[in-house]
Amino acid sequence: MTHNTDPAAGLPAPEAGQDASITSEGSTSERAHLDNGGRAPWHPLARQAFLQAIDDGWADPRRLHSEGRRAARLLDGAREAVAAEIGARTEEVRFTATHTTALHHAVLGSAAARARVGADVVVGGTERAAVLHAAAGAAAARGGTRRVVPVDRAGRVDLDELRSAVGAPGVALAALQHANGEVGTRQPVVEAHEAARAAGVPLLVDAGASLGHDVVPGAWDLLAADPADWGSPAGVGVLAARQRVRLAATGPEEADPWAPGGVSVPAAFAAAVALQAVAADRSAEDARRRALTDRVRAEVARIPDVEVVGDPDDRLPHVVTFSFLYVDGEALVTELDRAGVAVGSGSACTASTLEPSHVLAAMGVLTHGNVRIALDRSTTEGHVDRLLAVLPGAVARVRDLLGVTGL
Amino acid sequence: MTAPEGAPVVVDARGLRCPLPVIRLAARAKELPAGTVVTLLATDPAARHDVPAWARLRGHTSTGEERVENPAAPTRTDGTDDTDETAGPDPYWSLTVRLGDG
Repeated sequence: MTHNTDPAAGLPAPEAGQDASITSEGSTSERAHLDNGGRAPWHPLARQAFLQAIDDGWADPRRLHSEGRRAARLLDGAREAVAAEIGARTEEVRFTATHTTALHHAVLGSAAARARVGADVVVGGTERAAVLHAAAGAAAARGGTRRVVPVDRAGRVDLDELRSAVGAPGVALAALQHANGEVGTRQPVVEAHEAARAAGVPLLVDAGASLGHDVVPGAWDLLAADPADWGSPAGVGVLAARQRVRLAATGPEEADPWAPGGVSVPAAFAAAVALQAVAADRSAEDARRRALTDRVRAEVARIPDVEVVGDPDDRLPHVVTFSFLYVDGEALVTELDRAGVAVGSGSACTASTLEPSHVLAAMGVLTHGNVRIALDRSTTEGHVDRLLAVLPGAVARVRDLLGVTGL
Repeated sequence: MTAPEGAPVVVDARGLRCPLPVIRLAARAKELPAGTVVTLLATDPAARHDVPAWARLRGHTSTGEERVENPAAPTRTDGTDDTDETAGPDPYWSLTVRLGDG
């Protein structure tokens, strides 16, 4: 046994610059990363804040010594800043391990706190899988039902159905996203909150795809958000609950039941700094990215046999989704990747996943041949040019592989 | 199965993954006159969503879906069998479309 002084011995070597995004010349070889929903490149200020917090906030914020108190100050400051951005009191904001666990806590915790009132959970048809699954589990655990409110072809919930569902007796919780991260469509959360309030039912608003990109109204009782979606490091989530809302901790006894074992102080601090930064130039970024996504919608619609989905106007500024008839979505993702363009897809045409996107299915639109893009603040017009230049050829090649002509 | 005139046309795409079931259906539909009722059999869960969407995009009418949970032993005649022969027959969807002018 030799003592190895290489700190990364045995670990795979980072492949710096492999994606050519940091080459000084030859911008034509630069990759266009257009799959930024839920995991975006770090905002420069998030990076700076994270590095600062590595120095100042490495200690356990629950300890009473100077180092611990310094970390606690960063964490408290982060809570306060996030609360200010979402229009909440500091004590209403909690950090969780991830956005997904924030959704789990919100659904399971409010269903448990309201078990005496009822066991049913009302959800929109295009909520995240974390909400749909937690709602099913919470309802089933108490003999209740998960009621799924249908959406229209644009992905917007049927408000009348939602009103009648939350107005029924025995409802513990209702959940409606602010906007859908797969198709961009905004939901009528203000009207939904009015209906829920009238019925005395708390409303969980999932702002995981919109906070940091869009104005999220204060029409919520519980709110979940995703720092990794607005350019912060993954490893922290946000859960806010109004003081009047009862939320039970459903896990084993813990000092911090919302983040058992404690949160990452650098991740929480970076999340808060980045949220302030993206809020500061939100309207300029909204206009810039909306113009780019409008252009993508218009130009993609010229490719034969394509359906551009989601609401064309009442939507997030940075998300576009479309589906090509007779195209294997995963083959198209690979083809575009080869051409230097990274996109997402809600299709499921390989052995890895059998079920296609439940969002596209709920909307009644084509699930195969799907491409999903979410523009980051670092996305340039040149990146979009590249997508639009290579997309028609990539679609034609993938169709040729399947022998699809004249259908 | 709805068969207003003559025997229903059946396209068996069981065992094929998306988008192949819709492609098989479209290829068959191209040869058939408007008004024909065509039934697609598919094990791929995407077909249930994609057949109505295809019909809407192509001016056909989606007229029904049926889940066949316990199918009898397969009677393949189309020679396109690529299912796992060691397993019993999988449940499948039976999706029916009335062709428009296409």
